Amino acid sequence: MVDRGSTLEGQRPLSRRRFLRSAIVLTGGAALLAACAPAAPAAKPTEKPATAPAAAATTAPKPAEKAAAPAAATSGDAIKVGVLHSLSGTMAISETSVRDATLLAIEEVNAAGGVMGKKLEPIVEDGASDWPTFAEKSKKLISSDKVAVVFGCWTSASRKAVLPVFEQLKGLLFYPVQYEGLEMSPNIFYTGATTNQQIVPAVDYLLQQNMKKMYLLGSDYVFPRTANDIIKAQLAAKSGNLAGEEYTPLGHTDYSTVIAKIKAADPQVVFNTLNGDSNVAFFKQLKDAGIGLDKMQTLSVSVAEEEVRGIGADNMLGHLTAWNYFQTTDTPANKKFVDAYRAKFGQNRVTDDPIEAGYFGVYLWSQAATKAGSVEVDKVREAAKNLEFSAPGGPVKVDETNQHVWKTVRIGKVRADGQFDEVWNSGGPVKPDPYLDGYDWAKDLKKGR
Amino acid sequence: MGHERRRQPLRRLPVSRKGEGVLEIYVLQLFNGISVGSILLLVALGLAFSFGLMGVINMAHGEFIMIGAYVPYVLQQAIGGGASDPFGLSFLLAIPLAFAATGVLGIVLERSLIRFLYGRPLDTLLATWGVALMLQQAARSIFGAPNVQVTSPGWLNGGLAVTAGLVLPYKRLFILVLMVACVAAIAVYLTQSSAGRRMRAVMQNRDIAACLGVATPTVDATTFGLGAGLAGVAGCAQALLGPIGPALGTYYIVDAFMVVVLGGVGQLAGTVAAAMIIGLVNTAFEFGSTATVGKAMVLVLVIFFLRWKPAGLVALRSR
Repeated sequence: MVDRGSTLEGQRPLSRRRFLRSAIVLTGGAALLAACAPAAPAAKPTEKPATAPAAAATTAPKPAEKAAAPAAATSGDAIKVGVLHSLSGTMAISETSVRDATLLAIEEVNAAGGVMGKKLEPIVEDGASDWPTFAEKSKKLISSDKVAVVFGCWTSASRKAVLPVFEQLKGLLFYPVQYEGLEMSPNIFYTGATTNQQIVPAVDYLLQQNMKKMYLLGSDYVFPRTANDIIKAQLAAKSGNLAGEEYTPLGHTDYSTVIAKIKAADPQVVFNTLNGDSNVAFFKQLKDAGIGLDKMQTLSVSVAEEEVRGIGADNMLGHLTAWNYFQTTDTPANKKFVDAYRAKFGQNRVTDDPIEAGYFGVYLWSQAATKAGSVEVDKVREAAKNLEFSAPGGPVKVDETNQHVWKTVRIGKVRADGQFDEVWNSGGPVKPDPYLDGYDWAKDLKKGR
Repeated sequence: MGHERRRQPLRRLPVSRKGEGVLEIYVLQLFNGISVGSILLLVALGLAFSFGLMGVINMAHGEFIMIGAYVPYVLQQAIGGGASDPFGLSFLLAIPLAFAATGVLGIVLERSLIRFLYGRPLDTLLATWGVALMLQQAARSIFGAPNVQVTSPGWLNGGLAVTAGLVLPYKRLFILVLMVACVAAIAVYLTQSSAGRRMRAVMQNRDIAACLGVATPTVDATTFGLGAGLAGVAGCAQALLGPIGPALGTYYIVDAFMVVVLGGVGQLAGTVAAAMIIGLVNTAFEFGSTATVGKAMVLVLVIFFLRWKPAGLVALRSR
């Protein structure tokens, strides 16, 4: 590309043939770039060219960043903690809110006296929606800032990128988003749901409701494909009926054909693992295609309150989602959390599941550190075992073996104001099972990996 | 929900069972193809000016679309949308406003940056890409990172039910009409108005046009502004169907370039034909395979076609 380009410079008028040729090459290049550029909200995109978002990584606020002196985490009267989220680039759409919730929790912990009498000092870094940047920033946070713990990441790709860093440098990460399971690092606490706390019970719920004919629609990358493998095994074992399976590229915006296919397959329910902006296009176009709830239900696992605002509540009215927390979840802790969040960040803001998981992760860590009387990773890990906390979404408990969190599963229905009415919950916290060891039908799945 | 579902008697659509279901699907897919083509064309029209006529590889074209999509949002925040605006006036008003806003921005960009880069396509690529990143981050700072919502006019909700199984969404019909109106307006402008004729003259032979007294800098600015303005209109149309967020432009930029290159750079008729062909082929492939494969197949076909006819569908014969 560069060679060809250099022959172009200064030629005027351009040779049409050359110009066209370079134009085609450039279009191809642009196609590659855009094909890799992931979509926004709950996206867990696979790969992404390293150049694009890094350039945009400038304007985000970075509160205590200047405090990068290489001191020990506990020196003085403050404990440094890292906050690592994408504040620019495509993932900023989701991650900035989690950053806000994390900072809110840190502020609350400090107001209540801090940890071991010391204040937490957040050091915020921007991962810039770029996975190598996440790895680099986590190295910086652990090695040079010497933070005691890092709260952060959203996409599975970013988590996979920082995992070796945390394991090698013996850091500690609190990861706040539901994910595809099949992971268990001693240096990561997973405060979001694993598959048996979201997808598996959601499918069970639909089957119970006699919606056995299911159509699987997802974005084309690892999370939806893994999730759908699980769902297919589950359907086969429980006499469900697979009406069809369809994947669209991240950022896909025209669903007319997909909707025609769904219509032809005539499922009772679409299990939706689309991520990011595609959800907006899908639900807007589904409604206009004249497929109402009387004909077909949908259940989404990556559409939370924040995303519903962009889709438009009227486009999703009555559709289902599965999470562990809704803004409407009725617990005393949640009332306090929502009020504090809105008072700090604006009355028009909404909370949702990953925001809540980011928030209570801070509490889990501070209580573990207080209990351990130390911020050393090994001691905190030990102290965190079986630690319980009244999170906004209900009681949570850190599992003693896999460092995931016991959480209540909830299924909600979108209502006119964009909030959810809970229609079902698991009745209590569900034990996390990232490898689905407790499910007979999942045995073959694991063999396949 | 389950019990509601039980009640519904409609069992029209399993394709295998009834002949009419099959026909409906084919007609619907034909319509979908035309609709995708019309969206592509709207998106690519502006680029046909900045890239096709001026040779500027305008990577910020997608961001002009994004800005255009935010215009109805801003307007609805300002004068109220939804229930207080039953006829969707705010949306209709947004279309010319988006044209004006992005058009002015395009002129400013041309005057302040692009004009120094004429004849250096690769430099325009880098410069406009930088502009695109800045515009994206600006949108993120102003409107926030999450998507925003535009309430579409009530009369655009739902669809025209030809038969019970064949529903043509009003929004897609509206975009089709909007596209035809834009193409007609451009055709009239380029062939009937003196400004349009000057534009064609400059783009075909800048030096001779300048010798004959055409103020080429003004024409350059107008052309680029017109391209940007058309992107704004496309953005308004997108607001009806897709997400409205800072990253919106990145979803359309590749398709836009593909249409213009396939159509033949500098040829409006070629752009129209290319958009329709890509739309129809894409939906056909997508229906027969998957969205990912469909898109890849279209790219492969375009590459083969350009290998065969490097100048695109309609080639400008230069003397």
